[in-house]
Amino acid sequence: MSTSEAPGQSRGWDTWQVRRTARNVAFLSPWLIGTGLFFLYPLAATVYYSFAHYDGFTSPELTGLDNWRYVFGHYPMFWPALRNTMWLVAVMVTLRVVFGLFLGLLVTRIRLGAGALRTVLYIPYLAPPVAATMAFAFLLNPGTGPVNVVLGKLGLPEPGWFNDPTWSKPALTMLALWGIGDLMVIFMAALLDVPTSQYEAAGLDGAGRWATFRFITLPNISPIVLFAVVTGIIQTMQYYTQPLIAGRVASGVIGGSGQQFEPGYPAKSTLTLPQLIYNLGFQRFDTGSASVVALVLFALSMVFTVLLMRRSSGLLGDGEGT
Amino acid sequence: MTADTAAAAGPLDATSPRTLSGRPSRRPRPPRRIDLEWIALHAVGIAIGLVFLLPFVFIALTAVMSDQQTLTRDLWPQTFEWHNLVDVWKTPGFTTWWRNTIVYAVAGTVLSVVSSFPVAYALARFRFRGRGLALGVVIATMMLPPQVVTVPMYLVWAQQFHLTGTLWPLIIPMGFGDAFSIFLLRQFLLTIPSECIDAAKVDGCGDFRAMLYVAVPMARPGIAAVALFQFFYCWNDYFGPQIYASENPGAWTLSYGLETFKSAHHTDWNLTMAATLMVMAPVIIVFFFAQKAFIEGVTLTGVKG
Repeated sequence: MSTSEAPGQSRGWDTWQVRRTARNVAFLSPWLIGTGLFFLYPLAATVYYSFAHYDGFTSPELTGLDNWRYVFGHYPMFWPALRNTMWLVAVMVTLRVVFGLFLGLLVTRIRLGAGALRTVLYIPYLAPPVAATMAFAFLLNPGTGPVNVVLGKLGLPEPGWFNDPTWSKPALTMLALWGIGDLMVIFMAALLDVPTSQYEAAGLDGAGRWATFRFITLPNISPIVLFAVVTGIIQTMQYYTQPLIAGRVASGVIGGSGQQFEPGYPAKSTLTLPQLIYNLGFQRFDTGSASVVALVLFALSMVFTVLLMRRSSGLLGDGEGT
Repeated sequence: MTADTAAAAGPLDATSPRTLSGRPSRRPRPPRRIDLEWIALHAVGIAIGLVFLLPFVFIALTAVMSDQQTLTRDLWPQTFEWHNLVDVWKTPGFTTWWRNTIVYAVAGTVLSVVSSFPVAYALARFRFRGRGLALGVVIATMMLPPQVVTVPMYLVWAQQFHLTGTLWPLIIPMGFGDAFSIFLLRQFLLTIPSECIDAAKVDGCGDFRAMLYVAVPMARPGIAAVALFQFFYCWNDYFGPQIYASENPGAWTLSYGLETFKSAHHTDWNLTMAATLMVMAPVIIVFFFAQKAFIEGVTLTGVKG
């Protein structure tokens, strides 16, 4: 790694400046090397491959916009995956934020057994995604799953869940709501940070419950709501393990990379963009088209990341420094 | 508590908000009083808590069912087949997956904490041109879907280093700073008063020694949170082992192996749920021992600081 291009004026460096720059570079070096090797290089390579025909074995051949035309125009999984992601952003992210805020309000108001309740609500978040998804695939399996057994006993219809294209995404949403613990804790901390004096003032003015929530609580925690929404959108675009495992378990085709599995089972309803990268790059050895999808995913994530950085200045807040 | 402070605190504790402020104040959170609202609140809490626990209950009940009974719609086991858990443990490869997962999680955690700390320290304490940009790149890479850079990275690990089929392509990059750890540690380091570190430097410590002997001990809760997150990330990682380790069953981790477990046992939900339970257990046990550090870390990821 070259250290000679360190920032600073090019003229008349005194030894103090040189030593300070050397110090900064030394402290940052693991990250500088890592970013170069594991981020900038692969990103540049992805851009290059997206304009080339490359199977990973023979050397790449530039083919212009062929891959881009294929992915947007002919690849049958691209638009379903993008539609699924939009569905998940609209429904799953919204429900998670609303439910997370509701649980935050609940656990900050409950007095008896609050600690136990918090722990119970938090633990599902920690369950490894593969294990949690397999558990839900069992709980929701149409034949013998406990959820349908209970629904049947109540005389209610028994949906096909992960085996039915209309119910597979709601089933994934239920799984995501079970793992709400992260948002609950974040909202809990935010709610406890709202100054009590503001509540007292609202009480003196005779504000009702809803008015207090609308005009005191919500404005105070709105940065956290925004944070939850934007990180939720970014996480949804990376959504991979849960839909993949759910589809595989439900279809009965699982394990061994060689086995034939129809991605997005049932009927492409659980396809997400990262699954396309795996399908194109590692199952069909079409590195070029996989790179196109990767760049689309990258661009979408960047848009929301920049939005997040713009809106929450606390994220980039200045520390003091030497 | 000494008698003096107890006496001073006494009147405050004893007074209700009403007499304290001199006039009736309607606070949104009434002091412990059992009324209709209290009952409704706790009823909702209990109901939601039970719903959150139910999946674990059903998993555990199914895990000890007999093979025949898992094919039925029964919810309660007729006989408790505890040997299911032993059978899972004896599945070929299961102990290997455990070992691999522990190696990946421990090595990944240690490497990322050690390599991320100096970077976080520099971003929190040093002033230099491009610091804002560096921080922006850290956050961007933190938010970046890991799948974006996978295809070219796989080709490098396969063609240049011949390390596919092992967990090294997942462990080695952890030694070069992990964006999430850097971000979280920096957030934590910002809360440490600079006077402490300045004092050490006045006493003749260099920057590195000041970091090592002052900042590291003071940042212990932050380090604990980062280590826990990293450990859980590695433990739960499915995509990484799928990409790099799938071709060699000797390198599989629990998350990856668990998925293949279902195919080996077709409709035997009992054994699959027993295995699922055993993969979930360590994470939950670790959580109970380190609950405080964990919750602190989660709130630190929010827009505080």
